[in-house]
Amino acid sequence: MWEYTDKVKETFLKPKNVGEISDADAVGEVGSIICGDALKLFLKLDKETGKIIDAKFQTFGCASAIASSSALTEMVKGKTLDEALKISNQDIADFLGGLPEQKMHCSVMGREALEAAIANYRGEKIPQKEEGKLVCKCFDVSEEKIRKVAVENHLTTVDEITNFTKAGGGCGECIPQIELILRDLWSLKPPEKPPKPKKLTNLHKIALIQEIIENEIRPGLQADNGDVELIDIEGSKVTLALRGMCTGCMMSDITIKGIQAKLREMVSEDIVVEAYQ
Amino acid sequence: MNPIYLDNNATTRVAPEVLDEMLPYLRDLYGNPSSMHTFGGQLYRKIEGAREKVAGLLNADPEEIIFMSCGTESDNTAIMSAIGSLPRRKHVITTRVEHPAVLNFCRHLARKGYRVTFVPVNNLGQLDMDFLFKSVDDDTAVVSIMYANNETGVIFPIAEIAEKLKERGVLFHTDAVQAGGKLPLDLKELPVDMLSLSGHKLHAPKGIGVLYVRRGTRFSPYVIGGHQEGGRRAGTENVASIIGLGKACELAAQFLHKEATDLKVLCDRLENALLKCCPDARINGDIENRLPNTTNMSFEYIEGEAILLRLNEFGICASSGSACTSGSLEPSHVLRAMGIPYTAVHGSIRFSLSRYNTQQEIDKVIEVMPGVIRELREYSPFGREKIVCPPQ
Repeated sequence: MWEYTDKVKETFLKPKNVGEISDADAVGEVGSIICGDALKLFLKLDKETGKIIDAKFQTFGCASAIASSSALTEMVKGKTLDEALKISNQDIADFLGGLPEQKMHCSVMGREALEAAIANYRGEKIPQKEEGKLVCKCFDVSEEKIRKVAVENHLTTVDEITNFTKAGGGCGECIPQIELILRDLWSLKPPEKPPKPKKLTNLHKIALIQEIIENEIRPGLQADNGDVELIDIEGSKVTLALRGMCTGCMMSDITIKGIQAKLREMVSEDIVVEAYQ
Repeated sequence: MNPIYLDNNATTRVAPEVLDEMLPYLRDLYGNPSSMHTFGGQLYRKIEGAREKVAGLLNADPEEIIFMSCGTESDNTAIMSAIGSLPRRKHVITTRVEHPAVLNFCRHLARKGYRVTFVPVNNLGQLDMDFLFKSVDDDTAVVSIMYANNETGVIFPIAEIAEKLKERGVLFHTDAVQAGGKLPLDLKELPVDMLSLSGHKLHAPKGIGVLYVRRGTRFSPYVIGGHQEGGRRAGTENVASIIGLGKACELAAQFLHKEATDLKVLCDRLENALLKCCPDARINGDIENRLPNTTNMSFEYIEGEAILLRLNEFGICASSGSACTSGSLEPSHVLRAMGIPYTAVHGSIRFSLSRYNTQQEIDKVIEVMPGVIRELREYSPFGREKIVCPPQ
């Protein structure tokens, strides 16, 4: 069962603006029956003011797709096309009091239908998906769309991309490709590393070592059913005890060396790590 | 509002008789059956009594029954035991339409280096028997095939498969979680080596399952620890649930004949009425070989989650194979394996009945459903010019 907000439920049960506009000025159609959701958006404009005076939709999809479509039609009414284009998928989700993460693609579909309708009105060509640029074959998602949605919504993980675009949610074959796109996209602005503190007091040093072991080293070892315990810190000598699967592991020397390298990088060059005997 | 519960392949109501039988063991008789004192030790006899009742439903010997925590554990244990006792064999056969308890376990084995064959089905959900038997070779450790499909209710010819595999000397496990209590199972006649059951599908509580292991079948345990279940499944017994399951199996045996006929009447009534009053509806699966309680129908041009949530407003509980309800973005692997067009997969609804359903409830669904379908189709951009979408 999805955790839908009351607003989503209410909008799904009694959606507004269902239907078509026979003399619509703009029609935008996105999605397909194969992918599991599709939206056809109709807009009617006031010739004088350029404002949207009527909006209707037809949607094939789940409750949140229907609710997102209804929300979109309510939001665009009274706006000029340029104003309407400012509506982001997050705005649609916010209008509904939020959507479950895995349903964010419904709001993205709303935003896309709006773009398609406006492009249709302005006589612009909707950019055709070029061969080879298609990333997710299951859901027909292009690299361009992944990049666009990732930037608009600050998405950094494959799971987020799947929630927002469905890409990677089918056979999963394109997941490495999505990872590459994300790496490429965000490596332009790499996250700033906190500068290494120049002069550490003993207290600072101990706190920092504890923090690194807790947050950076233990999770990796625990993933392999191992663990490590900080026994003591004397000057630059750090004594650790390996636990779990690490005990008696043939690779334990390498594990200790790895931890030492990490601590040297992040705390101080002169750190020596020893295993507790 | 009392729900109209038509989702009994997902889980069932605990029978009141079962609950009554269980309560003393949750309240007062909380001992450990392994204890030396009477207070705990006396429960051992009770567990053996329940084991006899479970064996009774299956026409098996009580010592062939191992209690486990659920159907999934039972399925996993059966396959692990088979490959564990034949370590040199590296091939496993199953089907494309198994429950995830078997399907994902076999995929897991494939990642571990096993060769896994997934036998396909046709568009009625019937198994490709030639493909199955051609896949068997000297390297095959075990074949695991469900008795009846949870989504469509389609029954596989397990007796025929078991006979043939017996001739070829290959271990055979069947996941009978959906068949247990709905179809007569006679393990003196049916030559399967292992069979899985789940309590909560037959009016016992959740958290109790059974693995039947034919006497003489080599077995290696999966959960290792104490000596419980003759060393075949460690862990302190779930006493109350085991006793509940015993009672549930006794009841199932009593109701077996009546359910097979009564539920089929109700199910057919629902199906026929919906086919009649909802245009562009279809049945998924082989109706000749199907569980008496299950119908899987597709309503074209609309999406299953939307149908379910509309039905929910009327207190009607069903389920769907649509992508939006699966927790993933892919719709039902069963319906896709059958080659059902995507248009129909997305709009699939499963109704699964139990002995607690009444004709009034079914008639309520028949009354409500056409309006739900009509309204959602009014929202849909499809089906207006009768677009026929190509399969896949």
